[in-house]
Amino acid sequence: MTRIDEHDVPARPDPAGPARRRAQRVPLALLVPAVLGLAFLVLPLAGLVIRAPWSALPERLTEPGVLTPLRLSLQTATTATLICLILGVPLAWLLARVEFPGRRVVRALVTVPLVLPPVVGGVALLLVFGRRGLLGEWLDATFGITLPFTTTGVVIAEAFVAMPFLIIAVEGALRGADARYEEAAATLGAGRWTTFTHVTLPLVAPGIAAGAVLCWARALGEFGATITFAGNFPGITQTMPLAVYLALETDLNAAIVLSLMLLGVSVTILAALRDKWISSP
Amino acid sequence: MNPLLDAHIVVDRGTFRVDLPLRIEAGEVVALLGPNGAGKTTALRALAGLQPLSAGHVTLAGRNLDRTPTEHRPIGVVFQDYLLFPHLSALDNVAFGPRRHGVDRRAARRQAADWLTRVGLADLARHKPRQLSGGQAQRVALARALAVHPLLLLLDEPLAALDARTRLDTRAELHRHLGEHDGATLLVTHDPLDALVLADRLVIVEHGHVVQEGDAATITAQPRTDYVARLVGLNLYRGHASGYSVQVSDGFALTVADALHGEAFVAFPPSAVALHRHQPDGSPRNAWPATITGLQRHGDNLRVQLAGPVVVAADITPAAAAQLRLAPGEPVWAAVKATETRAYPAGTDAGAPAGGD
Repeated sequence: MTRIDEHDVPARPDPAGPARRRAQRVPLALLVPAVLGLAFLVLPLAGLVIRAPWSALPERLTEPGVLTPLRLSLQTATTATLICLILGVPLAWLLARVEFPGRRVVRALVTVPLVLPPVVGGVALLLVFGRRGLLGEWLDATFGITLPFTTTGVVIAEAFVAMPFLIIAVEGALRGADARYEEAAATLGAGRWTTFTHVTLPLVAPGIAAGAVLCWARALGEFGATITFAGNFPGITQTMPLAVYLALETDLNAAIVLSLMLLGVSVTILAALRDKWISSP
Repeated sequence: MNPLLDAHIVVDRGTFRVDLPLRIEAGEVVALLGPNGAGKTTALRALAGLQPLSAGHVTLAGRNLDRTPTEHRPIGVVFQDYLLFPHLSALDNVAFGPRRHGVDRRAARRQAADWLTRVGLADLARHKPRQLSGGQAQRVALARALAVHPLLLLLDEPLAALDARTRLDTRAELHRHLGEHDGATLLVTHDPLDALVLADRLVIVEHGHVVQEGDAATITAQPRTDYVARLVGLNLYRGHASGYSVQVSDGFALTVADALHGEAFVAFPPSAVALHRHQPDGSPRNAWPATITGLQRHGDNLRVQLAGPVVVAADITPAAAAQLRLAPGEPVWAAVKATETRAYPAGTDAGAPAGGD
């Protein structure tokens, strides 16, 4: 157990033999906490799998109580991610490429929702988009649009919480990309917008994909801001995490099934995207 | 007639100031030659509009470009590491410029294919930049820059990233394409060979200023700074001439074949320096005791570095070196015939004969 995995050892015959292997021994002081850390992360998931009512699973999975929140979760998380892409990528570009006064302040503001407890975010959203909120009252009076306690509200809550993940990933990708390609594009007659769409975006596409995946995963798991701002109405605002929480109070097995479902769907989608987009940065 | 490019580039970068007047005729290839950090690339970026001017002007074909953004300047740039767009094929890289200039997709691709044929890469059109060798990428970059029919073609160290062999072929190839380009061409390089082969005229820059300007023959015959002398492989001294004698340091004068008065340069090749164990007698008019400070191979010969009243390099055959038992620290006599030296006035105005104003 004290040697590193065979994959890290060169496959060809090793002239140095055992001496060399001994040199690669991992110190216990690092190995023990590393293994404990792994166990800490994996055991709860294993618990979920072990306690699952496997025999009743097939019929449970097709219950409307499972499928409805799942569909809602996937729809809202995907919509929220699209909104984050449309608004977040330009914001990341602005932060990475344009010198403007107060850029550091803007960057700090962007990361606030990262550290803000989601419930507080939900309260803040209510204060702005609620029926009596700063913008909500005007939206209601002018267009008759109400956001809280609607599916749109779920999307807004998820986007609010998830967008910083996308912005940070995309801004990092933009800073890592060689800006001289953009200069080369300019010398060929491309204006800033064309350069952005034809050169910058393709160059940072892997970074955007990674950011979108992070953003989507965060939106899919969103709970606090959603329940505060959008409430918990089955079929309208009850996403998977909310359904799990509700089920936990009445039917433990139902909660486990919902959790497994969410786990399976998100892991499958992330794994598929990872192979397709993120494996070659 | 006004030159196609008439520019005075002034860029202040804190303690460093680039101040270069630059005029290039249509069809002319000018090399901006200088050591690293001389401000060559800054000048090129200023012409491209990628670096704002602190003062001065850029006029191309009678049009002032000082406030014109890069994308609206009639220029083409070949960057040092080419900067081919990694996500586009060679063909689409070349078609990128024409597309931005309003050519429709099909026509742009046809033009790009023509350009790739011209640079001999027709069969690599579908390759991505990472599948191209250095020499191929350089040619795609050249095709991409020329495909927008620039009035001013700018090349930043176009051969620096290539290995020696590829460089030779690519240089000849580049020479041909530059000959066909009817706009102005500015080539930035620190390689004297690139400059001598590719350019009609050389502008030599040190510390952001022009130190010498002229055609290859003039510059190689009459270098005006140590940097240029080293580039063309000459020993160069500056001193005060009175008749056939030029005082180049305290108590040391060189006898020359050209009669001059006032500030003057004396230049002679290392092969003109003869070494002797003892003080030579006879024809050489210049002979002085020196100490060997270094020996290196130089082609088939040995290059001997000497200290003494003046620092000088001498080229001798390995046979002569063996006979003289040369080694660092050894004292020798150095001798140069007056007829092998060239002396020319060091007047400041003669440095820029092509300036014209």
